[in-house]
Amino acid sequence: MKQNRDNTILKVTDLKMYFPVMRGLLRRKVADVKAVDGVSFNLIKNETLGLVGESGCGKTTVGRCVLSLYRATAGKIVFQGNDITSLSEYKLQNVRKNIALIFQDPYSSLDPRQSAGSIVGEPLKIHRIAMTKGEYKDRVEELFRIVGLDPFMADRFPHEFSGGQRQRIGVARALACDPSLIICDEPISALDVSIQAQIINLLEDLQDKSKNLSYIFIAHDLSVVRHISDRVAVMYLGHIVEICQSKALYEKPLHPYTRALLSAIPIADPFIEETRERIILKGEVPSPLNPPHGCPFHPRCFMAIPECSQAMPPLRTIDTGHEVACIRV
Amino acid sequence: MAELLHVKDLVTQFKTESGVVKAVNGVSYYIDEQEIIGLVGESGCGKSVSQLSVMQLISAPGEITGGEVIFERENLLEYQPHGPEMRAIRGAKIAMIFQEPMTSLNPVLTIAQQLTEMLVLHKKMNADDARKKAIELLDMVGIPAAEKRIDDYPHNFSGGMRQRVMIAMGLSCNPKILIADEPTTALDVTTQAQLLEMMKNMVQQFRTSLVIVTHNLGVVARYAQRIYIMYAGRIVESGPTKEIFGRPRHPYTIGLLKCIPRLDEEEGKKLIPINGLPPNLINMPPTCAFLPRCSWKIDKCSKKPWPELTSVSSNHFIRCYVNTKEKKS
Repeated sequence: MKQNRDNTILKVTDLKMYFPVMRGLLRRKVADVKAVDGVSFNLIKNETLGLVGESGCGKTTVGRCVLSLYRATAGKIVFQGNDITSLSEYKLQNVRKNIALIFQDPYSSLDPRQSAGSIVGEPLKIHRIAMTKGEYKDRVEELFRIVGLDPFMADRFPHEFSGGQRQRIGVARALACDPSLIICDEPISALDVSIQAQIINLLEDLQDKSKNLSYIFIAHDLSVVRHISDRVAVMYLGHIVEICQSKALYEKPLHPYTRALLSAIPIADPFIEETRERIILKGEVPSPLNPPHGCPFHPRCFMAIPECSQAMPPLRTIDTGHEVACIRV
Repeated sequence: MAELLHVKDLVTQFKTESGVVKAVNGVSYYIDEQEIIGLVGESGCGKSVSQLSVMQLISAPGEITGGEVIFERENLLEYQPHGPEMRAIRGAKIAMIFQEPMTSLNPVLTIAQQLTEMLVLHKKMNADDARKKAIELLDMVGIPAAEKRIDDYPHNFSGGMRQRVMIAMGLSCNPKILIADEPTTALDVTTQAQLLEMMKNMVQQFRTSLVIVTHNLGVVARYAQRIYIMYAGRIVESGPTKEIFGRPRHPYTIGLLKCIPRLDEEEGKKLIPINGLPPNLINMPPTCAFLPRCSWKIDKCSKKPWPELTSVSSNHFIRCYVNTKEKKS
């Protein structure tokens, strides 16, 4: 375990992000959508943390809060020892040099009127990293090579690339300022199966080579998250319900939601599927506008007891590095 | 079991400004009564178009230019797409469920109006009976308070619920075959599991055959009895599910199985991606379309045209010259 304090690159404490719902002529606030409601985790150097959950569980919002694209309602985000929760826009620029983002949809996240080269090079200009034209050109070429694209493609426009190649451009743009943290928000879910592996391997290779690159990998596909992550945090309705080493996640999942989520994913092997039990959950994810009282999962939970509706259970450490928010385990 | 549908050498083309796209290029398959088959491939491989061709739902610039679709001893392609014979089959004997439950229901009609339309049209029911039947169907697919919800509009339902309505609609006339085109791709994993289990039980109850069109190998591993793997408009491998997953023989199938992360895989395992991109379907060379990406290729592959489907064991066919059974040197 390299759970060394000095190695911590990001520490998020009790992060809350509420979006107000406005109604009426005077736009009065009538309610809050509690997208993220008390999330804490930390990330160490060169580690990948997977954030997994169904749509609306708040996983993307967590990513955006870390980038300060949303101003958190409450909580504290400490990045490389500095509290970045309430920095001014001007000071944030320096922080954002070190935190990059890869988007889900490689089709809409690249400006169609900008050449691939200038998309990748733009961060270099904004953060004044490349001082001369020669430096700029060299760095862009280098970035293209790093992600496995031919530098001569720099003059082409996004529509001339395939989905996989576009996502490589997105990765190159994220790498431009040599960040120490990249937030990957569903980076492969828009790609074809045979292309997904190319991007996953690219991300893994980059991390192996750099030795100083952490990822927050946000996805709904548990098998992909498990593959790429060192640790996985499972989210449900704005809460982290379980966080553990990715190995333990499949071998001994503890939270009933994690167990249901795992069992819902079919494994591409008919011999295993034949004997695999499925936990079929009742109903659907409740609206974060009006979440159930107590544990947010209790109305759908197959292990629920009356006490579950009393209060949201805090994360408890069960094993080294394995935390669960459930009173039934 | 008796053979229900037999598609022979189906060819569907789209005439575009840059050339003729052979989306489906000689596809043959069959389905028996009460069987579940899977049609697997990446986007653009022609899996959806082949199914739309069976239903004669191809609109200009698309055109079915060859082949036969034998259903109950009749060739459906001899009928006019808008003729009375085809209309009597579409929805009544062969029904289809589409991927996007958001767009495949009419937003300005209530569920009752959309569900009873088919029953009145095909089953010649009167309005009251049709409504009763519709409520019964909604109940069967697990929509709570069906008598009330039937008068709601599609926007009142969540994605998973809308897809349930689609399934109810697909099965309303007790069809012989239900074609489900990526039925759960747009949904969350736990909803996906609910729906697939429900769909499997429903088709068993209705004695309907099911064609699952998907890119998800896990889904077919769990539900399909036989599988067809498609690539670039052609079927490259077909056989019983266990045979295909246990002893995959076509290089594309082998590659596909190695490039997806699995929930039960060992720690630190690397994915082996399939290099390159799927081919452009305009002006395809006569040689194997997978050749540029194939790691098994031999001299013969680039000299001879794409081979026919040949049997490697009973009921297991591949379209390849290479004997992939022997270890690659």
